[in-house]
Amino acid sequence: MSETANQKRDVDGDAAIGRHLEREYEAGWVTDIESDTLPPGLDEDVVRFISGKKNEPEWMLEWRLEAYRHWLTMDHPKWAHVHYPKIDFNAISYFSAPRSQEDRPKSLDEVDPELLRTYEKLGIPLHEQEMLAGVAVDAVFDSVSVATTFRSKLAESGVIFCSISEALQEYPELVRKYMGSVVPYRDNYFAALNSAVFSDGSFVYIPEGVRCPMELSTYFRINAENTGQFERTLIIAEEGSHVSYLEGCTAPQRDENQLHAAVVELVAHKDAKIKYSTVQNWYPGDSEGRGGIYNFVTKRGLCAGERSHISWTQVETGSAITWKYPSVILRGDDSVGEFYSVALARGRQQADTGTKMIHLGKNTRSTIISKGISAVRAENSYRGLVRISPTADGARNFTQCDSLLIGDQCGAHTFPYIESRNPTATVEHEATTSKVSDDQLFLCRQRGLDPEKAVSMIVNGFCKDVFRELPMEFAVEAGKLLEISLEGAVG
Amino acid sequence: MLKISNLHVTIAGEAILKGLDLEIAAGEVHAIMGPNGSGKSTLAAVLAGREGYEVTEGSIEYFGEDLAALEPEERAWRGVFLAFQYPVEIPGVTNLEFLRASVDALRAHRGEAATSAVDFMKLARATCKQVGLDTDFLKRGVNEGFSGGEKKRNELLQMLLLEPKLAVLDETDSGLDIDALGVVADGVNTLRSPERAIILITHYQRLLNHIVPDRVHVLSGGRIIRSGGKELALELEEKGYGWLTEAAA
Repeated sequence: MSETANQKRDVDGDAAIGRHLEREYEAGWVTDIESDTLPPGLDEDVVRFISGKKNEPEWMLEWRLEAYRHWLTMDHPKWAHVHYPKIDFNAISYFSAPRSQEDRPKSLDEVDPELLRTYEKLGIPLHEQEMLAGVAVDAVFDSVSVATTFRSKLAESGVIFCSISEALQEYPELVRKYMGSVVPYRDNYFAALNSAVFSDGSFVYIPEGVRCPMELSTYFRINAENTGQFERTLIIAEEGSHVSYLEGCTAPQRDENQLHAAVVELVAHKDAKIKYSTVQNWYPGDSEGRGGIYNFVTKRGLCAGERSHISWTQVETGSAITWKYPSVILRGDDSVGEFYSVALARGRQQADTGTKMIHLGKNTRSTIISKGISAVRAENSYRGLVRISPTADGARNFTQCDSLLIGDQCGAHTFPYIESRNPTATVEHEATTSKVSDDQLFLCRQRGLDPEKAVSMIVNGFCKDVFRELPMEFAVEAGKLLEISLEGAVG
Repeated sequence: MLKISNLHVTIAGEAILKGLDLEIAAGEVHAIMGPNGSGKSTLAAVLAGREGYEVTEGSIEYFGEDLAALEPEERAWRGVFLAFQYPVEIPGVTNLEFLRASVDALRAHRGEAATSAVDFMKLARATCKQVGLDTDFLKRGVNEGFSGGEKKRNELLQMLLLEPKLAVLDETDSGLDIDALGVVADGVNTLRSPERAIILITHYQRLLNHIVPDRVHVLSGGRIIRSGGKELALELEEKGYGWLTEAAA
């Protein structure tokens, strides 16, 4: 069975709601750090340069080159409900590293103070995090990790948490075994590009039976001008292990569109659980949509073993364009996949996001809760695939897609695809579209809440099912981010 | 406290209130009755400042201030409260956080500190009991899945917590069973005080058996066509509105 639905709802114009939505991006500044940046352009020499710069093993370079050659044969995908000018891949620079990269800092004291100040502006002082939050941070500034904390504490329990570049030096066999095993470079256009030119990212390995003693967290930040970002993240949870990984980011204001094409691969073995949470707040562009980040991400998890469990939670408020479908392949019997998403698009942002749940094993279960919020002239689409293969006896899926509209010129779209090839499977899909109604707004104002507070409260209520899936410190941040994003959304 | 003079109100160009006069002093309870479509709910909405209701003529003076010039939240800060006829749902926002945000918003504008979570919880629980709502309702989304009667009790809960100076109850009694009616009446009677004024918009005399009004007004065709004491309500109960509206026409 295959089903598509397309809803576009123009809601009653309440100028009330349209007036406040113009707001400057809060994290818009550029840090002045000299970058070791490659000139724009892409060819095999660029791929070799990147690999050589990182002193990678030969097989890694070969893989990158295969990916590059394959990418050349592919076409730019056009199926998403987003619109943007053709990307000139030769106008992008594929390598940028802070100067201090050659001589890596051994501790935070050695980190470029300018970098640290940038993080502090973002409200994530590493010093405090080390002491207070109990969060290990592998901070990605441009393309190279510049600070890694809590390494020793993690090492005590056998957890590996480092950059991909480091992992390639220190654990090459692990990287070789798993990289591309969940997202092969042939998977899609942007995954192929990433595989060829990926810059850096995080590597996490949780040994058998280990419950990672802290939340692992990476803050991303795009900084050098006109530089594509190609993160690569790989998380492996061995049998019976648990890990919770947090990813969050903001970016400084830019005039040119910035391409971001990350790949994230998760592997959960038997009885392992991976929880991956994202708060994304990249620069969405100015009020005309100029200069925002293009965020084309491939995220996929493999529930390889029995009773394994992968959970994606995302709060997406930034980027000019978001193209992102964190997915789970449910191969192990009784494995569980979850996707909880809040996507907020305002101004001229375009978001096409959702998930894929591929049921292969018996009695596999998946849950999809998607909350899309559109304001002003934004376009927000949910695109989801639930596939039940003939082998997935007793598989179950529950999908709930809710859209909330703020203002009268935005759009919400739902594209749910359901393919069930097993008669014992149960698939449920619920979808709603609503708007922040004049009645709700009036009730709140009558009770003394100003319009911004009222909308923020209504939207946060709408997102509650997703926020409660976030780790506590992230839930607070997500609520705040939503509030900041909506400031000026209502009048 | 409240002085409405020659009030004309249109909705989308259509005249609904056509020269309404009403004066209410602190400490008084006024009942406004009248046939369907006479403009009762419009009056309530205009007092609270709902968008789309245009005052084309006349004035609303509240403590000497031009009420019509204020935003809805500004009126709330000054003590104007409307108990809605059809309370809307706000899914996912718990009653407790909504109530506390409201109370704190009002306190902030009186220059008072925000409530403490613990104190507010205690107060909210006690008030829940007073209006006959299980305290579980504090954890539920605002009006989410509430029955008609529960929604009305919830309005009452908000009113008691916000302690308004001018409370307007828009048909809070409609759709209530006798027990719920008693609870609403008790709530309103609790609020009665020399500093407060209450406007009861109702179709039925039965509410006025429980809340004895100082004045009863009949609204018809956008104007008040008859005012009297509590006995007027009894007369209406007996005779209907026909004899008045015909006389007014």
